[in-house]
Amino acid sequence: MTDGVREEDRVRLAPGVMLRQDRVRGHWQLLGPERVLILDEVALEVVRAVITQPPGAQPPVTVGAAIAALAAQFDAPREEIAADVLEVLGDMITKGFLTR
Amino acid sequence: MTFCGATTGLEPPLALLAELTHRCPLRCAYCSNPLALDPASRELDTAAWCRVLDEAADLGILQVHFSGGEPTARKDLEALIAHATEVGLYANLITSAVLLDRTRLERLRDAGLQHVQIGFQDTQPAKAELISGFPGGQPKKLEVARAVTDVGMALTVNAIVQRHNIDRVDDFIDMALELKAGRIEIANVQYYGWALKNRAALMPTREQLVRMDERVRSRLPELKGRLVVDYVVPDYYAKRPKACMGGWGRKFLNVTPSGSVLPCHAAETIPGMSFDRVTERPLADIWANSAAFQRYRGTDWMPQPCRSCDQKEIDWGGCRCQALALTGSADNTDPVCDLSEHHVLLADIAAEDGGTAEAPITYRSFSLL
Repeated sequence: MTDGVREEDRVRLAPGVMLRQDRVRGHWQLLGPERVLILDEVALEVVRAVITQPPGAQPPVTVGAAIAALAAQFDAPREEIAADVLEVLGDMITKGFLTR
Repeated sequence: MTFCGATTGLEPPLALLAELTHRCPLRCAYCSNPLALDPASRELDTAAWCRVLDEAADLGILQVHFSGGEPTARKDLEALIAHATEVGLYANLITSAVLLDRTRLERLRDAGLQHVQIGFQDTQPAKAELISGFPGGQPKKLEVARAVTDVGMALTVNAIVQRHNIDRVDDFIDMALELKAGRIEIANVQYYGWALKNRAALMPTREQLVRMDERVRSRLPELKGRLVVDYVVPDYYAKRPKACMGGWGRKFLNVTPSGSVLPCHAAETIPGMSFDRVTERPLADIWANSAAFQRYRGTDWMPQPCRSCDQKEIDWGGCRCQALALTGSADNTDPVCDLSEHHVLLADIAAEDGGTAEAPITYRSFSLL
C-alpha cells in the first residue's frame, strides 16, 4: 500500500526505470516498462533529490533527507516542501516508477 | 521534419514494436501473428534493423519492444539491444522465455535491456501446454522469470486470458507476486490472426468474464504500490471500443520481420492496403505520409455514428481490424461500440463461441496455408 509515505522511508527508482530527457520533445521523463511519465519541474526536482546520494550517505536516500535537500536548494519552508514531496512520491510509487 | 508540422498536428510516435522474426518454438492458439508468416529467409538483417532503430530514435520514439515470433531466436538480439540503448531507446523484450537462460539474460542486461515481459499461457503446466503446444514450457518460464529479477531487470507477467484459464486469474496474480514481477498484464485474448481462427475454442462465457472481472477488481486495492496491473477488458462483451493502438497512426508503429511498416500488428489483414518498407523509404516519411498510416488517421475517415460522436477523439473509432473481421469492412465503426448497427453481432458470436463445449484448437504453424 502507498498510503502514508513516511519521511523515514527509503525510496529509489523501481527496477527498469530511468530518468531521461526527451531529445525530440525536450521534457524530462521517467521511462519504465511499457510506460512513460512526463515530469513537471516539481516532479523532476523530487526525482533528482531521491536519486542523488549526498556524500557519505547510505543509499537509497530517505524521504526526509530528500525534503531537507530540496528545502535548502529552494530556500523554502520545510513543511511546504514536505507536503508536495510526499504527494509526488506516493503517486510515483502507485504508478510503479519508484519503490520503497 | 514534416511529422510535427503545425498544420497537421501530427505528433511523433512513442513506441516501436519490432517484430524481429516470426520463428517461435511455441504454437499458441491465440497468436496475434498473421496466418501468413514471414519465413526466416525474408527477415531483415542486423544492419537493416540498426538503421530502423536509428531512424526511430530520430523520429522521437521512446521505447522499442523487441517481439516476434520469439525474438530470442535471433542471435543478434544482444547487438540490437545494445544499438537501441546507444541511440537512447528504452528496450523491452516480449518473450516466451523458453529459449532463455541466466547467462543470456545477463548478456542482454549488459547490452542495456531494461524490462522482460514473459507470456504465460496458464498457471498449470498441462493446461499451459494445451494452449502453447509446447511441452515443458511452464517450469522453464518460471525459472527464467526468477532469473530476470535476480539479475536486476524489471519483469512483467503477461497472463493471456481465455476460456481455459480465466477461472485462475487469482492464481496468475499470486504467481506474479511470487515471481517479484513489478507488473502484470491481464490480457484477455484479442481475436485477430490465429486467435480469430480459434475463437470457438478460446472465447469465455459471459459468466466467466463477470467472475474474473469481480476477482480482478477485488484484488486491486491490495496490489496498489506493489504490482502494476494493466487490465485489458475483453472486447466482445464491452459497450465502447478501446482506442486501438492509441488511435491509428497516433502513437505506435510496427515493423514486421520482413520490414513492412504497419499502424498495428494486424493491419495486414485489411484488404486494399499497401505498406511501405523500411528498406525503401525513411521511417519519418512513412510515419507522416504513407497511405497506410493516413487511411484511418484522425477523424476524417469516420462514418456515422463516429463522425458526430463526442467520443471520437477518445476511442478514435476503435479497431479497424476488428471492424473488418466482424462486419466485413474495416471502414465501419468498431462493432464493439453499442452505437454500431453491427453491435448485436457480438452478443451472438460471444454466446455461440463462448458456449461451444470443446472446439478443436488449430495450432499456429508455418505450414498451414
